[in-house]
Amino acid sequence: MEVLSFLASGVLTALEPINLGLILIGVTVGLFIGAMPGLGSVNGVAILLPITFLVPPASAIIFLAAIYYGAMYGGAISSVTLGIPGASTAVATTFDGRPLALQGRASLALVTAALASFVGGTVATVFFSLFAPLLATVALNFGPPEIFALMLLAFATFVGLGGDDIPKTIFSICFGLVLATVGFDTISGEPRLVLFDIQGFLRGIGFIVLAIGVYGIGEMLWTIEQTRGEITTTNPKMTVKGLASDAKEAVRRGWKGTWIGSLLGFFVGVLPAAGATPGSLMSYGVAKMVSKTPEEYGHGSPDGVAAPEAANNSASTGSMLPMLTLGIPGSPTTAILLGGMVIWGLTPGPRLFIDESEFVWGLIGSFYISNLAAVLINLAFIPLFVWMLRMPFTILAPLIFVLSIVGGFAASRSMHDLWLIVIFGLGAFFMRKFDYPLAPAVLAIVLGPIAEPTLRQSLLLSSGDPAIFFTRPIAGPITVIAIILILLPAIKLLRRKGRVATS
Amino acid sequence: MKLSKRLFLGLAVGSTLATLPMSALAQDWEPTRPVDFTIMAGSGGGADQIARFVQSVVEANDMTNRPLIPTNRGGGSGAEALLHLKDARDPDHTLMVTLNSFYTTPIRQEGLGVDVEQFTPITMMGVDPFVLWVHKDSGITTFEQYIETVREMNGEYVMGGTGSGQEDSIVIAYMSGAYDLDIKYIPYDGGGAVAKDLAGQQIMATVNNPAEAKGFYEAGDFVPLLAFSDERMDAYPDVPTLKEKGHDFSYYNQRAIVGAPGMSDQAAAYYRDLFGKVYEGDDWQTYLVSESLSPLPMDEAETRAYWATQVENHRKLLSEID
Repeated sequence: MEVLSFLASGVLTALEPINLGLILIGVTVGLFIGAMPGLGSVNGVAILLPITFLVPPASAIIFLAAIYYGAMYGGAISSVTLGIPGASTAVATTFDGRPLALQGRASLALVTAALASFVGGTVATVFFSLFAPLLATVALNFGPPEIFALMLLAFATFVGLGGDDIPKTIFSICFGLVLATVGFDTISGEPRLVLFDIQGFLRGIGFIVLAIGVYGIGEMLWTIEQTRGEITTTNPKMTVKGLASDAKEAVRRGWKGTWIGSLLGFFVGVLPAAGATPGSLMSYGVAKMVSKTPEEYGHGSPDGVAAPEAANNSASTGSMLPMLTLGIPGSPTTAILLGGMVIWGLTPGPRLFIDESEFVWGLIGSFYISNLAAVLINLAFIPLFVWMLRMPFTILAPLIFVLSIVGGFAASRSMHDLWLIVIFGLGAFFMRKFDYPLAPAVLAIVLGPIAEPTLRQSLLLSSGDPAIFFTRPIAGPITVIAIILILLPAIKLLRRKGRVATS
Repeated sequence: MKLSKRLFLGLAVGSTLATLPMSALAQDWEPTRPVDFTIMAGSGGGADQIARFVQSVVEANDMTNRPLIPTNRGGGSGAEALLHLKDARDPDHTLMVTLNSFYTTPIRQEGLGVDVEQFTPITMMGVDPFVLWVHKDSGITTFEQYIETVREMNGEYVMGGTGSGQEDSIVIAYMSGAYDLDIKYIPYDGGGAVAKDLAGQQIMATVNNPAEAKGFYEAGDFVPLLAFSDERMDAYPDVPTLKEKGHDFSYYNQRAIVGAPGMSDQAAAYYRDLFGKVYEGDDWQTYLVSESLSPLPMDEAETRAYWATQVENHRKLLSEID
């Protein structure tokens, strides 16, 4: 039980006054940065990195990790209350969080998000404490074919869901995939699809730009059209009792999504290529797939809030693992943390757990404390966030517009992105009018940039032979499951036809 | 009243003039707005690390009156950053942290119309050498063994790198040409991903900067075979160089800070003074050693000459690849 004694001393390190203070500040700052549309943990960590040179490395990374955590909690807040994803990791939270808010159940959605985040973060931290070195080897076994198979599985969860109009879902995925190819092609080393020779497209289309456009502007237009500005979406009174009953309901109706999100999110987060955004989207897809009531999803299912929220916290802890043990960032935020570690004079990599065990265990200990702090602080602020919703939509709509624009600009400081946000917002509004599902397009633009290069790398490895996806021990089973899921609707259809014919 | 004011002003001017020594040029210009500190690569890579390190040293020692704002503009293999500098509206407040796409991207993407020789040299922070790495489980311990293995595999030997036309691909292309090797090259989107897939043995060898492979090297997973530096590296004294093997080739990643074209002389002098101080400081000197960067201090004229030869070299190297 060596691990336990390391862990105990780690928790003690995290509870030292300076560290505890930094955790509380970090979590609170992160919560608000995450809640600001456009600004996510990446920006928060990058902006505050220089401040950390004033404290010892262990405290510094504890502070940054606390911001990272807080942002994961905070991302849900604007997703639920305004329908704009607070951060890219919280996009899937809007799918059901926003409908719940429109039904006047914003507090239920927020409480579900907070509790799911807490469980996700804690489950991941326990795994992290117990199996870190083992999981690092698993991550190394995931080469390009395995990652591609996993991406295929992610797409399959969205296509094979049934219920939605499948041709339209596929169209939406393809549309997202095309947008994902804009920019620079790593494999050939050439720019491609630089539309109209506009320089801004060299960078590709940022996911957060699409998400703010679609969910911020598009959602706002849609609500205005649906309601003609008449509604106020409210749940006027927030009491401690109300919070408690929401918590009970959250546990009852969200536990399934929470578990799926915690486990899947952690696993996806550990893989160096992926990170928290794909993790949360995949968890949403899987939760919907295994649910007994998939028709509730998209119309305010607490499970649909719990799954992505548990996943993004779980994945953010998971993505620390390849960063610490392999020196490979599992997400954009950990890439910056990694830079920070180098600056503090630490060498991330296989030796870090041995050479700097005090640092590592202090960090792991802080995960537990940060999680606890984050859930308490978050719950305390929920009444404030719900109160915002009491504003009439005629005030809220311009606010959403301003926040979308400011947030979109803050992330990249580029006017080009702002125009894209407006265009995507209008496009999303019309796609919705014609009943095209938007989530698959969003999924595609997240997963496309991972799926495409890994597909091409795999085929380069095998000299063009697609058998590589079936013959490798890990990639094979994943690919087969993905293909079955994609074909499932077709099989169902054939069965039904067969049954009609025999009767 | 009036008199005393005038007297006071006169005194003030007089004293300023009196204390106006040689450093006047560097002193009389200071940034008036936050400085755009563009990074020509994405977050997490070598250039990004360096930019954020430099920014934090400046911040920690309170060396500027306006902050440096690092912004990643890695799009189009640095094309985005190059265009941003070329078209900078306020060249006096626009800086960039470079890697070698500074040379290669304008050559490969002529349509950009970027001529890097018009950019303003500020400070050369160091150059980053390249090393050939294999996994310890391959059993290969010398460069000769490596050559033999690659030849035996007859085109099935897999190496990873950061993409066609990128730094490591230039090195691999040169090595393949010199030793008549047939290598299968898999492009990745960053040096970190390349190192990870070597650790997982998805690929068989890489050409990485030491910083990217250091963790695995120290854990004993990676074996360095050959350095592409001019002389043996201090951190890897037992690793021979390609020059020792009789090929006149060395290759480094440039870690420099450059200013936008058209930056005023006063502004350039201010930044040279600023980053010169960063360069000489203990923080940076420690960083150079720990990340195995080689120092290569140059003044403005030397830098310009260096750029001209580098552009020429890269034009030649790239034409051999394509």
